[in-house]
Amino acid sequence: MHPAPSIIIFTVLSGMGFGMLAFLGFDIDAPTGWAAFWFFLIAFALAVGGLLSSTFHLGRPERFLKAFSQWRSSWLSREGVLAVAALLTMGLYAFLLVFFETQVSFLGFLGGGLSLVTVFATSMIYAQMKTVPRWHNWTAPVMFLAFALTGGALLTGNVWLVKILLPILAILQVISWFDQDRHEASSETNIETATGLGDIGTVRSFEAPHTGDNYLTREMVFRIGRKHALTLKVISIVLFAVLPLVLLLLPFHHMLAILAVLSHLAGVFIQRWVFFAEARHVVGLYYGR
Amino acid sequence: MNAPKIDTSPKVSDEVRKTTCYMCACRCGINVHMKYGPDGKKQVAYIEGNRDHPVNKGVLCAKGSSGIMQHLSPARLKAPMKRVGPRGSGEFEEISWNEALETAVSILKPIRETDQSKLAFFTGRDQSQSFTSMFAQSFGTPNYAAHGGFCSVNMAAAGIYTMGGAFWEFGQPDWDHTKLFMIFGVAEDHDSNPIKMGLGKLKERGAKVIGVNPIRTGYNAIADEWVGITPGTDGLFILSLVHCLMKAGRIDLDYLARFTDAPCLVNEDPESDEHGLILTNEAGKKLVIDRRTGKPEAYDTKGVQPDLSGSYRHAGITHRPVLHHMAEKYLADEHAPETVAERVGISAERIRAIAADLARVAFDEAFELDREWTDFRGDTHKTMIGRPVAFHAMRGISAHSNGFQTCRALHLLQIILGTVEVPGGFRFKPPYPKAATIHPKPHAGVTPGKPLDGPHLGFLHGPDDLLIDEDGNPKRIDKAFSWENPMSAHGLMHMVISNAHAGDPYKIDTLMLYMANMSWNSSMNTSGVMKMLTDTDENGDYVIPNIIYSDAYSSEMVAYADLILPDTTYLERHDCISLLDRPICEASAAADAIRWPVVEPDRDVRGFQSVLCDLGGRLGLPGFTNEDGSQKYADYADYIQNHERKPGIGPLAGFRGKGDEHGRGAPNPDQIERYKENGSFWISHIPEDAEYYKPWNNAYQDWAVDLGLFDAPSPYLFTLWCEPLRRFQLAAEGKHRLSPPEHLKARYAETMDPLPLWYPATEVSDQFTVHAMTQRPMAMYHSWGSQNAWLRQIHGRNPLYVPTKIWAANGFAEGDWARVSSPHGEITVPVAHMAALNENTVWTWNAIGKRKGAWALEEDAPEATKGFLLNHIMHELMPPKGDGLRWANSDPITGQAAWFDLMVKIEKYTALNECSPAHPAQKSPVGKGPSTVKQKIGT
Amino acid sequence: MTTLPTHTEKSLGLVIDLDTCVGCHACVTACKGWNTENYGAPLADTDAYGANPVGSFLNRVHSYEVQPETGPAQLYHMPKSCLHCADAPCVTVCPTGASYKRVEDGIVLVNESDCIGCGLCAWACPYGAREMDPSEGVMKKCTLCVDRIYNENLPEEDRQPACVRTCPAGARHFGDLSDPESDVSKLVADRGGIELMPEQGTAPVNRYLPPRPRDKAPEMDVLAPFLEPVAEEPTGFLGWLDRTLSKVS
Repeated sequence: MHPAPSIIIFTVLSGMGFGMLAFLGFDIDAPTGWAAFWFFLIAFALAVGGLLSSTFHLGRPERFLKAFSQWRSSWLSREGVLAVAALLTMGLYAFLLVFFETQVSFLGFLGGGLSLVTVFATSMIYAQMKTVPRWHNWTAPVMFLAFALTGGALLTGNVWLVKILLPILAILQVISWFDQDRHEASSETNIETATGLGDIGTVRSFEAPHTGDNYLTREMVFRIGRKHALTLKVISIVLFAVLPLVLLLLPFHHMLAILAVLSHLAGVFIQRWVFFAEARHVVGLYYGR
Repeated sequence: MNAPKIDTSPKVSDEVRKTTCYMCACRCGINVHMKYGPDGKKQVAYIEGNRDHPVNKGVLCAKGSSGIMQHLSPARLKAPMKRVGPRGSGEFEEISWNEALETAVSILKPIRETDQSKLAFFTGRDQSQSFTSMFAQSFGTPNYAAHGGFCSVNMAAAGIYTMGGAFWEFGQPDWDHTKLFMIFGVAEDHDSNPIKMGLGKLKERGAKVIGVNPIRTGYNAIADEWVGITPGTDGLFILSLVHCLMKAGRIDLDYLARFTDAPCLVNEDPESDEHGLILTNEAGKKLVIDRRTGKPEAYDTKGVQPDLSGSYRHAGITHRPVLHHMAEKYLADEHAPETVAERVGISAERIRAIAADLARVAFDEAFELDREWTDFRGDTHKTMIGRPVAFHAMRGISAHSNGFQTCRALHLLQIILGTVEVPGGFRFKPPYPKAATIHPKPHAGVTPGKPLDGPHLGFLHGPDDLLIDEDGNPKRIDKAFSWENPMSAHGLMHMVISNAHAGDPYKIDTLMLYMANMSWNSSMNTSGVMKMLTDTDENGDYVIPNIIYSDAYSSEMVAYADLILPDTTYLERHDCISLLDRPICEASAAADAIRWPVVEPDRDVRGFQSVLCDLGGRLGLPGFTNEDGSQKYADYADYIQNHERKPGIGPLAGFRGKGDEHGRGAPNPDQIERYKENGSFWISHIPEDAEYYKPWNNAYQDWAVDLGLFDAPSPYLFTLWCEPLRRFQLAAEGKHRLSPPEHLKARYAETMDPLPLWYPATEVSDQFTVHAMTQRPMAMYHSWGSQNAWLRQIHGRNPLYVPTKIWAANGFAEGDWARVSSPHGEITVPVAHMAALNENTVWTWNAIGKRKGAWALEEDAPEATKGFLLNHIMHELMPPKGDGLRWANSDPITGQAAWFDLMVKIEKYTALNECSPAHPAQKSPVGKGPSTVKQKIGT
Repeated sequence: MTTLPTHTEKSLGLVIDLDTCVGCHACVTACKGWNTENYGAPLADTDAYGANPVGSFLNRVHSYEVQPETGPAQLYHMPKSCLHCADAPCVTVCPTGASYKRVEDGIVLVNESDCIGCGLCAWACPYGAREMDPSEGVMKKCTLCVDRIYNENLPEEDRQPACVRTCPAGARHFGDLSDPESDVSKLVADRGGIELMPEQGTAPVNRYLPPRPRDKAPEMDVLAPFLEPVAEEPTGFLGWLDRTLSKVS
């Protein structure tokens, strides 16, 4: 799949933003006043910024409101509705915390829950794609949520929790990469079923329909060298887990914490790029790729 | 569910204008849907096939369906132009039509008054050859031809000399009855929709298709059996089939006796001046032995029963029937499957199996149509016997230096099976069948200020008909009808520029070309041709002093002309697809068609034929001027409607006289309107009892005379024994008043056998061992498709397809490039793997590669960077042989360019950014196309 | 509307004959021509005369090479457009309801005025049947020429998709695949028509007719009687000729 920057930014930032909102919502002793203002500003900036970025992937962004209508069937629509609900709930919760220094825990739990469900909905946009065997399994929801929680914990300063979550995240990631490989390899869909010509012999694409690119090849038949994928995976896991953990295990310093956040963020961006770039859509079979 | 309401019955268009497609040579009928555009004028909105049309019956190919993008191409020329930069630069200045025409007159008039051979006028994919040739003939130059010499002449000439008609679009299988269809080298271009429709019919009936082709694409991909033959060996394969069939006696003796020259009597005396010629009576009629009497009789004597077996001694000379010679020749072991198997790349077993299958279907599945008919000897046949085997062949066997004899070999095969012009077999389309002897002979008699002494092109029958002067030198610039290529019925367009450049046989003053992309894909040795066109003499003048060119589009050739006469697109012009020329007939009907301007040009352009009407008037050419010297035809439409070739016979056969006469009749001022009302075509069906056995069928002959195809019934025998060839051999043997040059004599003996034979098309070389070929993609017509925004996405670049053996031997991988070299040059190009390919053959799609700056494409267009031509490594001359001579790279009999004889060497090479050789960009005389196309007329 | 109908009154679709398709691309451009001028936005082409031309097409022809265990490699052409799946995943993922499957005939359509161009439907389609228009930013797909097949301004015989009408080899057939008596259903039954990627569970309506066996030439020993020699030598042949001719007369 084409690793579109708008979608990578969207999933990374909004995931982290909603993760942060979840921590703020579930925090029984949430910050108030200016402290709350800054925390919520960052969380909303990430969540909303991510959502805005996603509109750059739309052909007709001015019609985005229409996307709220199909929540009954569409994960994308659900994500939109949930995101708005989460943002509104958390907005009210934040408003009370910032300006009235009042914590309405019910709102916090509700908003926090909605935030996590939003992340889940985002992940389901990918996980539902039977056409992308790498995605069509448990890994997308688990990893999206794990990243959201880890990022949220990191940004809300739950250092002790982060020190637990980072190794778990790293382990989950390694398992999911292996499992994604397995899913891709065991996909029942292949060029023989795609063409129906498998009964005759070994099938190979001879000529693509057109000699140039088209929307499908640009959007879904992105080719990445496998050896790069491995390198990038190692770099990403070092950046999003190993390095932040090391930095946080060192004697605490704000600069080190900021470095840990930046390293984690950079690692997640690479992880997400690989998530898309490495995923093969079955339509690629028709193009022999 | 509240689905949106959609309009399922939108108005399709405001008007449908029916005309004829010109996206290739198929000439399908099209419905051009017109809609009112924002400016209130009707514009072309959508093009589909015309269901009523005899050629395509509603269907339309990828090209035809993309016609709108050709019509709107950014590469359309806009106005007449004169060259202001050096030749080849593409620098032009627009001028008025008057200036353009006066410039042309100032060049042409002195030539006409002094020596018309100083003008060479050649046309490319011209569909108006009966008109352009009339202009050339009236002008008086001997140097006229269309592009047949590098395209199809082997096929056309071999067909006409052997059986009075050819494959290509001049005949078709009996799609409704054929059970076994065998194709040789059939590319997906000419007659493409009819062939596709026919294949569809065969598939529907479960008939079997055998495809003989080194490359398994297109029609060969859907063939039930694929024979991946070694290029250039088809003749050997076919004659081996003949061997098997004759040896098994599986030949149609009755057919051979009645309808062919198999019983005709060949002079056996080596001392005789007529050795190898056929015995005739005083009237020149071929004699046969009548089985009833054992006496010789003219072949067409009423009731005669020709004997295939009887020899005859006359004036002390033994004469034996042609069939005896065939037996001697083809039963020899040299034609046995075991002998040829390795060379042709087909196992002996398989050759026998195919021969047996042909025999089985032709004879054991024979059938009869309950139609009584009477032959030219007056014998009435109660039924029509059908043999459901049909053959078709095209360029794959034609474009070799042994193509003429290979095509003849295939005709021999279908004739011994008795499958020509019978139900289930191959059938001619009117005006064919037509014996070679009733075609005109070629002419080249020049008289200053006067027309040529007759038509340029035709069919000669021996050395007496050659176009050579007293010293034996060619009269034509292309050396057609000379000792070098005596039976070059279509001329040799591919030799014109190199001969004119070399001044051999003489220098010319002006080269006038129409729709011929000679500086690119329509020449061998493309880079060399570009040099010849720009070469200067010691005074700094161009060696070819004047070049006048007409084209509708900014092709590569435009930059090499001094004067550009911009033509229209096919939707903006009048044309006639005439019975005098190359009509659109069916095997069961005569038909012709027109084009008419469904829209007027929005540029200052004119149909080239109308421009010739104007030029003819300005030059005062007979036939183009009235008695008072004024211009005779206002434009091409005027000519189409009012010209008479003979009294009552004009370019269009339909709606003559008052509109109710067909074939013959006075000119009708309303004729074009009547065609338009009829969907731009006219058709006349052949009566049922005349639909088969046409060359010998009285009912057909009478119908053809009524229609004006002949002046009198002209039945004839198929000529397995090609006497014109034998006459050239006799000349080489010193038995004729004329004699070919010494160096040609051995070749005459070797190649001009009166019976079809095979000789190697290519030189054996240790270095160049791989055959290299091109095929035309079905979605492209020559170089035209690249200016088409839709089609160029389908074929925007071309790799060289390499078979598994060579792929593995070179360690190729996807994305690799190779250097491909021939004795003449080298190219460096991308390669791709193909398994369904003869193991010693590489190939690519033809004419995808483009010169930078041409066709209004951006200079970094893939056509210019990743597209390439094989033409760069071909040459019109072969490398010097042992005798030090450079022989033409063409068939020695017809001069057909032998571009499928290319042999190459392939080596892996570093991937380049651009295919090599890369030529510098031409300046586009029309600018560049828009970045986005989203054409929609309706709202 | 993004939910799929539980039942459609008809299942209109295409049956494409892989035994007959020569890969000429006629259906590709006939489709482009009709659908540029008709339903929805024109099918645009960007960089139309430049280095990377990309246009939207609703139908494209792939070609595949198949190597059987024995015998030469074979080549097939496979035109591919929307298969109008009964269980169309492209419809259910649509966030706006722009994509829908018609109850009356099963055609899957995009209501372009509701499309936000998110591309998710194209992701959900395993067949590559949907392409975003590079100029209009909305999703384009085969409409089965819904504006032809019922069009009262067209003669009856022309009420079929543009690709079917133009196909020179007659490799494309259109009809109701839910009606077992329809010509297309019979063709599918006779020739063993197949679904593409059945394991994706999309239940496509369109069917492909598999190629008939290739290169299965009859064995020579079966055919040998048809080539029983009459003579080994030319003289023997002439003897046979005389004998045969005397039998005839």
